[in-house]
Amino acid sequence: MSRINIELPGLDLKNPIMPASGCFGFGREYAQLYDLSKLGAIMIKATTLETRRGNPTPRVAETSAGMLNAIGLQNPGIEKVMGEELKFLEGYDVPIIANVAGTEVADYVEVAERISKAPNVKALELNISCPNVKCGGIQFGTDPQTAKELTQAVKAVSSVPVYVKLSPNVTSIVDIAKAVEEGGADGITMINTLVGMRLDERTGKPVIANGTGGLSGPAVKPVAIRMVYEVYKAVNIPIIGMGGVTCAQDVIDFMSAGASAVAVGTANFVDHFVCPTIIDELPAKLDALGVEHISEIIGRSHR
Amino acid sequence: MIRQEKMTVVAQVQIATNIFELTLQGQLVQDMTPGQFVHVKVSDTFEPLLRRPISIANVDKEKNEFTMIYRAEGRGTQFLATNREGQIVDVLGPLGNGFPVDAAQPGQTALLVGGGIGVPPLQELSKQLNARGVKTIHVLGFQSEDVCFYEEQFSALGDTYYATVDGSKGTKGFVTTVFDDVKPQFDLFYSCGPMPMLRALEQYYPEKEGYLSFEERMGCGIGACFACVCDTTDKHEKDYVKVCSDGPVFPKGVVAL
Repeated sequence: MSRINIELPGLDLKNPIMPASGCFGFGREYAQLYDLSKLGAIMIKATTLETRRGNPTPRVAETSAGMLNAIGLQNPGIEKVMGEELKFLEGYDVPIIANVAGTEVADYVEVAERISKAPNVKALELNISCPNVKCGGIQFGTDPQTAKELTQAVKAVSSVPVYVKLSPNVTSIVDIAKAVEEGGADGITMINTLVGMRLDERTGKPVIANGTGGLSGPAVKPVAIRMVYEVYKAVNIPIIGMGGVTCAQDVIDFMSAGASAVAVGTANFVDHFVCPTIIDELPAKLDALGVEHISEIIGRSHR
Repeated sequence: MIRQEKMTVVAQVQIATNIFELTLQGQLVQDMTPGQFVHVKVSDTFEPLLRRPISIANVDKEKNEFTMIYRAEGRGTQFLATNREGQIVDVLGPLGNGFPVDAAQPGQTALLVGGGIGVPPLQELSKQLNARGVKTIHVLGFQSEDVCFYEEQFSALGDTYYATVDGSKGTKGFVTTVFDDVKPQFDLFYSCGPMPMLRALEQYYPEKEGYLSFEERMGCGIGACFACVCDTTDKHEKDYVKVCSDGPVFPKGVVAL
């Protein structure tokens, strides 16, 4: 019997570990390094209706224990994602969580309706929190009513459960979480990146061409843990936690705060084998805690 | 095949002002070709966090060793420069597509043009071209004499010309100044260096076959994060290429300069 499997709406996870959207492409590159079937799930790169070219370079900048990025949702559009990328991923025994983005409600709805019919897409992750695009993205994730309405619209057309990815760049993430729960969300994924900026030492101007970028990496973990902790108390739908996860202990921390599963983002760029490594380390962590099954630690901070 | 390996430091030598030559030993050397790069974790901590992409300068498959040459300029490379013999460095590689050595036929002459820290990968390329019976001419540009390196190595492989911005070594000016002076006769060119140099080279020799190696800020180094994309020219079938996994070497005319 597995000690680390997790059941969530739409998702039968072999383990609670999945690469976060935007940090893993559509899996092809990491498939050269290890068997993707080992992963609990894969959150694919944000998919939009049309091809998106993304932002000018430089798109990334390193910061203390973290990095800024402003890729700008570059992706080949839903047709190619479904026809090529999801087809490729069908070769692996791993559920796909499709990150859906758009510039208006109609885009989100069309992408969600179509991509949710792909055989290996077991859940959607509604991206209402990308800080790096001018239209859409974060504007849907900063007002509770707007977030709720978009969630309702997508829920109405999706063939699979809908998780909503929350932005930390808000006054009260709990209000947004409650709103998407009311809108019918099956789960929450959190957190997206924190808006930041790094200046060039010589010119005093922003390093990233977009000016601002999203901060990720170990530096954001305390913020993410706090937010998962608060949202867990406020909603009754499951949370997939993320933000600065680099090791098995970080996974234990997120699950203790209330996450049912955990996504790994920036760490995939630092240690390209970090996901399988964490998965292998989890049983020993459970032994050390005297826990038989990993689900026992979900929300233990609150007990 | 891409591997992530704990490699052993064989030697670390400062070869010019702020320029270091690091020799590492490990299995991933077996798969290296000139023009490829490695992604190096310079610290065990989160400071600095990201890997550093560094080009492969020299490959010795019998000894399982390779060298890389880097400028210790930022925090990461300064940290890398503190590594000493016997220490372990975490390396991911070899990454990307290198220079097509086979594009040059035995008996032909290849022009190798390097600028600054773009010079190192040309050394292994020159070795392999010469081993194939291809004559090489080297035109190397540096800021000044104190940051020049590998003079003996390049001279042993073929005619070598220098351009420095301040005139302290070779011709005063840029590599294009050398082209005007020397008027090199060659069949195809290979180059690695700053964007203005690559642009000048394409414009100087529009009729020649050529291969250019590019630099861009990278995240993952394997093509997943889309940090290092470049626009392509209208002639190319794709709208963009990723420097790390589609490149870093491209035939001339692919990347919009």
